[in-house]
Amino acid sequence: MPELRDLYQEVILDHNRRPRNFGRLADANRGAEGFNPLCGDKLKLYLKLVDGVIEDVSFEGAGCAISTASASLMTEALKGKTEQEAQALFEGFHALLTTGRGADSAVPLGKLEVLSGVYEFPVRVKCATLAWHTLHAALQDEARLVSTE
Amino acid sequence: MKSAAGELSALRAAMPVAAFDVARLREDFPILHRSVHGKPLVYLDNGATSQKPQCVIDEEARYYAELNANIHRGVHALSQLATDAYEGARDTVRRFINAARREEIVFVRGTTEAINLVAASWGQRLQRGDEILITEMEHHSNIVPWQLLCERSGAVLRVAPIDDAGELRPDEFERLLGPRTRLIAVTHVSNALGTINAVQRIIELAHARGVVVLVDGAQAAPHIKIDVQAIDCDFYAFSSHKLYGPTGVGVLYGKAALLEAMPPYQGGGDMIREVTFAKTTYNDLPYKFEAGTPHIAGVISLGTAIEYVGAIGLDAIAAHEHDLLAYATEQARAVPGLRLIGTAKKKASILSFVLDGVHPHDIGTILDSEGVAVRTGHHCAMPVMEHFQVPATVRASFALYNTRAEVDALFHAVRKVREVFGHA
Repeated sequence: MPELRDLYQEVILDHNRRPRNFGRLADANRGAEGFNPLCGDKLKLYLKLVDGVIEDVSFEGAGCAISTASASLMTEALKGKTEQEAQALFEGFHALLTTGRGADSAVPLGKLEVLSGVYEFPVRVKCATLAWHTLHAALQDEARLVSTE
Repeated sequence: MKSAAGELSALRAAMPVAAFDVARLREDFPILHRSVHGKPLVYLDNGATSQKPQCVIDEEARYYAELNANIHRGVHALSQLATDAYEGARDTVRRFINAARREEIVFVRGTTEAINLVAASWGQRLQRGDEILITEMEHHSNIVPWQLLCERSGAVLRVAPIDDAGELRPDEFERLLGPRTRLIAVTHVSNALGTINAVQRIIELAHARGVVVLVDGAQAAPHIKIDVQAIDCDFYAFSSHKLYGPTGVGVLYGKAALLEAMPPYQGGGDMIREVTFAKTTYNDLPYKFEAGTPHIAGVISLGTAIEYVGAIGLDAIAAHEHDLLAYATEQARAVPGLRLIGTAKKKASILSFVLDGVHPHDIGTILDSEGVAVRTGHHCAMPVMEHFQVPATVRASFALYNTRAEVDALFHAVRKVREVFGHA
């Protein structure tokens, strides 16, 4: 059995307890909803995209520690990134979870590397990628504007 | 010719289990000897599927090694042996639920298919505005087939609410049982809450109004002695794999008069009497509902599983599991921040709970690291999760081979969750 402490690192537990950028983003112009039917995790992502740069990002939702911490860490990593950089981060992060190696990534993953322990728990990969798949949807689908009522 | 299941039954009868000797019974289940992540397996996910005793595993292998042939057709010896064993299992099932006639036992793939069969076939008589009454605690498999039927027929689905203990509210149930109600579909034991429903009372109320009742017995069959004549249900559905038998097999019991009047469910071989391009006539019960080659090995092994359970005695099993549930409930109440989901007065086998500040999925991973297998999630009962305002629960569910020591292992692992997540 891989060590639980590799999965539930202090940084992850901290982001689970106090998720960053949590809540609705008033001036968002992109957004998407993510859902993991396996465990019922739901996540709403709000983006403010200006000239191809993610100026601001936030999320709402209820999920397990891995999905909450992953979403929280993702929002921190995304601020100021271009769409292309965000996409490259997603690819690097996905490789981290499925190969356990972050060093291969074309972009530095920084703090996201604390989630490398998920690699040893394959059934939890979906928890860690929920936020990222939601981001992908938000970036791809320009029609899905977040309502600002 | 004696059926394989019959031979085993005789063997078991010759060696009755004296007292409830759980240590000896555990010897019958080879998988219980394995370890998980270097820890002894503590299997508490019996509500999802139970483990199989060696006699069931052997019977399935024996069928393929000694009997394999298609049933109901061949004049050759093997086909007759296989047919005898298959039909012998039907007799075993009839006795198990005390059905009046063997023709009332229809083999299907599982509880889900049994319910879909009734929805597809019996459901053809429904008209716009007719009502189907279910309860808030149903498994998705006792919700969705009725929703599909309502879409096809214009019938209306009514849902009887539960209270915060997870019990059906009888006043609301009676109020919803109206002049247009044609069918009640209700679970005998809730898979997410463990609640045992008073199905006999429900059936009395329904029959007084001429309403047909289907009972979902998936969670009840391994834990409660079922007597379909005593409760007088019209349909009863259960699965083999939760009853120590193989996956892919289940039973639909239906009263003969109802089954006779119902159109076929699937068309194909075995379900016909005569086929011409002008007109096809259908076979007698139960074959009218058993189109195609069934899961022969599975049905025969289900018979073996039922004989295994019968030799131990469902009353003895229920008493043992009740003791485990009471012991586990007592321990659960002592865990700070633990909230039990489902506290009905009458429960079977299931302990569902959530912990403050820790998502059930994380609990599941940590329990697994201790070798403890539980189910985490919505248990295919999303409306129940909605009622209790939780995204998911942790569910420990007990079987005849579980022990108090395993309950201790569960709560040892729950305390580990607290350590990892840094709560008091």
